[in-house]
Amino acid sequence: MDYKRLTLICGHYGSGKTNVAVNLAFDLKRQYNKTSIADLDIVNPYFRTKDSTEELERAGIELICSDYAGTNVDIPALPQQMYSITDDRSKKVILDIGGDDRGALALGRLAPAILAENDYEMLMVINRFRPLTRDARSTVEVMREIEYAGGIPFTGLVNNSNLGEETTAEDILSSVAYANEVSELSSLPVKFTSVHDTVYAAVAGKINNLFPLKLQPKIG
Amino acid sequence: MSEKVLMKGNEALAEAAIIAGCRHYFGYPITPQTEVAAYMAKRMPKIGGTFLQAESEIAAINMVYGVSSTGHRVMTSSSSPGISLKGEGLSYLAGSDLPALVINVQRGGPGLGGIQPSQADYFQATKGGAHGDFHMIVLAPASVQEMADLTVKGFELADKYRMTSMILADGTMGQMMEPVSLEYDIKPAPEKPWATTGTKMQREHNIVNSLSLVPEELEKFNIERYKRYDEVEKNEVMYEEYMMDDAEICIAAFGIAARVSKNAITEARRQGIKAGMIRPITLWPFPKTPFKKAAQSVKQFISVELSMGQMIEDVRLATECRVPVTLCNRVGGMIPSPEMVLEAIKEAAKNGGAR
Repeated sequence: MDYKRLTLICGHYGSGKTNVAVNLAFDLKRQYNKTSIADLDIVNPYFRTKDSTEELERAGIELICSDYAGTNVDIPALPQQMYSITDDRSKKVILDIGGDDRGALALGRLAPAILAENDYEMLMVINRFRPLTRDARSTVEVMREIEYAGGIPFTGLVNNSNLGEETTAEDILSSVAYANEVSELSSLPVKFTSVHDTVYAAVAGKINNLFPLKLQPKIG
Repeated sequence: MSEKVLMKGNEALAEAAIIAGCRHYFGYPITPQTEVAAYMAKRMPKIGGTFLQAESEIAAINMVYGVSSTGHRVMTSSSSPGISLKGEGLSYLAGSDLPALVINVQRGGPGLGGIQPSQADYFQATKGGAHGDFHMIVLAPASVQEMADLTVKGFELADKYRMTSMILADGTMGQMMEPVSLEYDIKPAPEKPWATTGTKMQREHNIVNSLSLVPEELEKFNIERYKRYDEVEKNEVMYEEYMMDDAEICIAAFGIAARVSKNAITEARRQGIKAGMIRPITLWPFPKTPFKKAAQSVKQFISVELSMGQMIEDVRLATECRVPVTLCNRVGGMIPSPEMVLEAIKEAAKNGGAR
């Protein structure tokens, strides 16, 4: 994949943003040495980029993250190094933004600098198996709310349709029509379809621009 | 929703409540259950329902009291410290024989505690929950699917017995995502001739109240209520038995602890240890009978809990202390690992559990 200096990952909460963001960071690191991932999630206190700290450190990926993520300090905090994302143009950054319009609010402070530099990709992660984004219309509705709150227009879509560990190749294949419909309604391209690497082989060759994912570990 | 969807436990629970006919939700945000309120805020206005963020947990539970008095299905949700605030209202609901659904997505305590999962409100939920003699029906889901299923069940039982049903979940159940199918055959709620729906000048006033001026009458109300609780104990116990046919070591666990334990049991069986599990689904009424029966053949019980040991007391009571009951636990937001539970099983086996 080709990467702009900043790749912003947004979407409805539970669409799989963090998982996509972490996997993109590893992919970017293979191409570009000075790679960072920024956890700007002010909504979800439970599943965070920080859960992957060890793997990120081992790979030499900088994690820009609030000190309070993953602790009992339940406040919508942003990382103190946040401005390095826009100030230090020598690094390429994957930004993991919190869910929905409430999460995208965190972008407000960075939006003017991001737009001025104009070297970004703003991606909307979509999952047709999430109850509030089951059809193209409601997905685009969520998308407009995020754009309005974040102050940055989307440039592309990531089709991350999945049912967790139960996802089958048929589920992925059936989501293509939905992603295309969202694409048509929003006039944005589907940049890639992300699939768990266990299903990857079964859909390879049947969908354009596939991106393999390793699921993060879950509890229980 | 016929096809499966990927949902958080909190969302599945909220959607199931709507499917069950709940059109009134009152709450106050607190991690890790906030998605219930967020989901209701999005959905209720679209279906002609009421979502209201109350000024406090105390206000929310009293709004529940008000709506329940009119005979409608109503719910509130919170997490541990917020449930303590609702205590007074829970007692008033019981004293007025009002049905309601209350959700507790538990977090670490005591006090403000932390936001990570816990099961330390077991005593609070099963032994009353506030002042006075009363019980709530307490349901313990162990999957996102059960978060939804038990919500529907909770409304049915609440209406049937004019009681509060409580879903006693934990942070993991609320936050984890799994595919669910939300297809239910919803029966119409029973007639509620006691509801305050307006006399239309055709009947006597209905009065919903928990104050009794005459002690003889209050005694009578209490005794009658406990006759109803006997019926619940007789008819509504739910539990799951896992590999109990030949089990010599029996795990007692609910919710997330039961999921972890299942993994440990699989590994123990692989190593030739005959382990099994009884998973209470209703924590009140507690499944006494299967535990009592198991005590005739099992050598040791292990209560796996995210608390300092609360359900273990009910296991000891149910088994009449015939065989040892030990505790395997983590607290403060920590979750026992399958390895830790496996160690406890192996320790029990070494002590003569599975000879």
